[in-house]
Amino acid sequence: MVLTVLSLWVAVPLYVVVSTSLKPLKDVSGLFKWIPREITLSPYLDIWTTVPLSKYFQNSLIITVAATACSVTVAVLAAYAVARLQFKGKRAFSLTVLSTQMFPGILFLLPLYLIFTQIRNMTGLQLQGSYLGLIITYMTFTLPFAIWMLSGYFASIPKELEEASMIDGTGRMGALFRVILPVAKPGIIAVAVYSFISAWGEVLFASVLTNEATKTLSLGLKAYASESDVFWNQLMAASVVVSLPVLIGFILVQKHLVAGLSAGAVK
Amino acid sequence: MSHSALDGGPAAAGSTPAFDPEPGRPKASTALPVRKRRRSFLPYGLIAPAAILELLIHIGPMLLGIWIAFISLTQLNLTNWLNAPFVGLQNFINGLNPESTIGQAFFSTVGRTLFYTIMVVGFSWVLGMAGAVFLSSNFKGRALLRTFFLVPYALPAYVGTIAWAFMFNQRDGAVNQILVDTFRLVGDERPFWLLGQNSFGAMIVVNVWQLWPFAFLMLMAALQNVPHDVYEAAAIDGASLWQQFRTITLPMVRPANGVLLMVMSLWTFNQFNIPFVLFGASSPKEATLISPLIYQNSFGSWNFGLGGAMSVLLLIALFIASVFYIRMVLPKGADND
Repeated sequence: MVLTVLSLWVAVPLYVVVSTSLKPLKDVSGLFKWIPREITLSPYLDIWTTVPLSKYFQNSLIITVAATACSVTVAVLAAYAVARLQFKGKRAFSLTVLSTQMFPGILFLLPLYLIFTQIRNMTGLQLQGSYLGLIITYMTFTLPFAIWMLSGYFASIPKELEEASMIDGTGRMGALFRVILPVAKPGIIAVAVYSFISAWGEVLFASVLTNEATKTLSLGLKAYASESDVFWNQLMAASVVVSLPVLIGFILVQKHLVAGLSAGAVK
Repeated sequence: MSHSALDGGPAAAGSTPAFDPEPGRPKASTALPVRKRRRSFLPYGLIAPAAILELLIHIGPMLLGIWIAFISLTQLNLTNWLNAPFVGLQNFINGLNPESTIGQAFFSTVGRTLFYTIMVVGFSWVLGMAGAVFLSSNFKGRALLRTFFLVPYALPAYVGTIAWAFMFNQRDGAVNQILVDTFRLVGDERPFWLLGQNSFGAMIVVNVWQLWPFAFLMLMAALQNVPHDVYEAAAIDGASLWQQFRTITLPMVRPANGVLLMVMSLWTFNQFNIPFVLFGASSPKEATLISPLIYQNSFGSWNFGLGGAMSVLLLIALFIASVFYIRMVLPKGADND
């Protein structure tokens, strides 16, 4: 009974999206019909020409992949140090990482905007509206998350593994790359997928720091609604297309994600 | 000779720790610092890229954000902000004056955001708990249902919000059809859900829909640690399902609850995406939350100083909250130097 209600609660909006995406435009306005009178795939074909969806896709992909790759690379090194080594300033570093991941983007948006303006004034380098600018701002949330999650994963790997490898003469870095990284691979992939998902859904930075050429999907979908018409069926079709990559990724790695998230490394 | 020996005394004492815990083992105390020194660059080399990035994308911008709160920054001097006039506490006085419309809007927004957070987190927790409890017994299709429940959480936030916007949007949309036509919960008058007072409730619904799977996920993980025979023993002793829930389930999830509720509260309190997609750049005044308000002040009315002042107040509030959060999380982490 409870499970039925919960399932309906989850399913109804999903059903509305999918069923609307399969209706011709004339059936979309007016009273909502639960059972489509006519099923058509044309919205899925039209979405690519009504707005430059493939361009938005490409922009989102470049920015999201780059931000994720940079964050995970930097985070692997830092997380290993936090999980395994003792050093002065470790506590300060951990606290900074942990607290900044709790802060909202709105706190960083305006200052970063001003810094970008200053850089443009001084060097001519245009960061507003550029891929690089968005990649940097996206790292404000992907980096602390990746560091924190990965240090949790590394800490859960038995120390004996590296010790054995270090006795064999690999050194610390050798142990990290030859032993720890292969063992932690599922965790690293899960963290990368989660970073990807959060960057893929980002709205705030994109709303201020993109232009027509670098607009991401999160803003690009708005273009299906003009002053006169809202192509709801196409908007829903585009929503399905945009969601599928992250949904598949999430389902593939969810086991490792759950393990990491519930290990206390919560974000 | 005896002089030099005396001179050597204090010098030697100075080179060893004043309170040597193990005076009988001089070899260990001299060997250790050498090993440490040889290793000590490695951790800094490893964290250097992350530390530099943290400085550039977090610490620096945060300090600059504090500075913005004390200058008069509008669209006129935005490109030349280094020369913007310093106005001291003027932005705070404007933003916090309960007599002014800006101040009133600020205080009512903070109150509304707190109420919003309590509602969203409360409902999400209850739904997540219900899902976790009823999915903890084994049955066919359990794994599939579990994955299905996580879908709203995995979808891009704007996609879930667009779906709800469509359902709420039209007078004859799906929400009105369910409430008016199917269950007759609302009179024949089909309400507009994204306007006025209704918009606040609509926003809560959307947020709960997206957030509850997270509570479900965490509570499910917590419940998996409860051995099944505890429930069986309780059932044999005649405990009702409700009693089992109160005496076994609730205490078992208490450790997980602290972090869970804290994290969900911080996310909800900072919510930006849902109102932005649901209402556009400026929310109805009955549904304005703190992050969108700062956004509106900064990029809507181009009063960056005021937005900065409100950001600083938010920063202070979040800083206090994250101190609590860190206290809860860190003892579990690897950090104990």
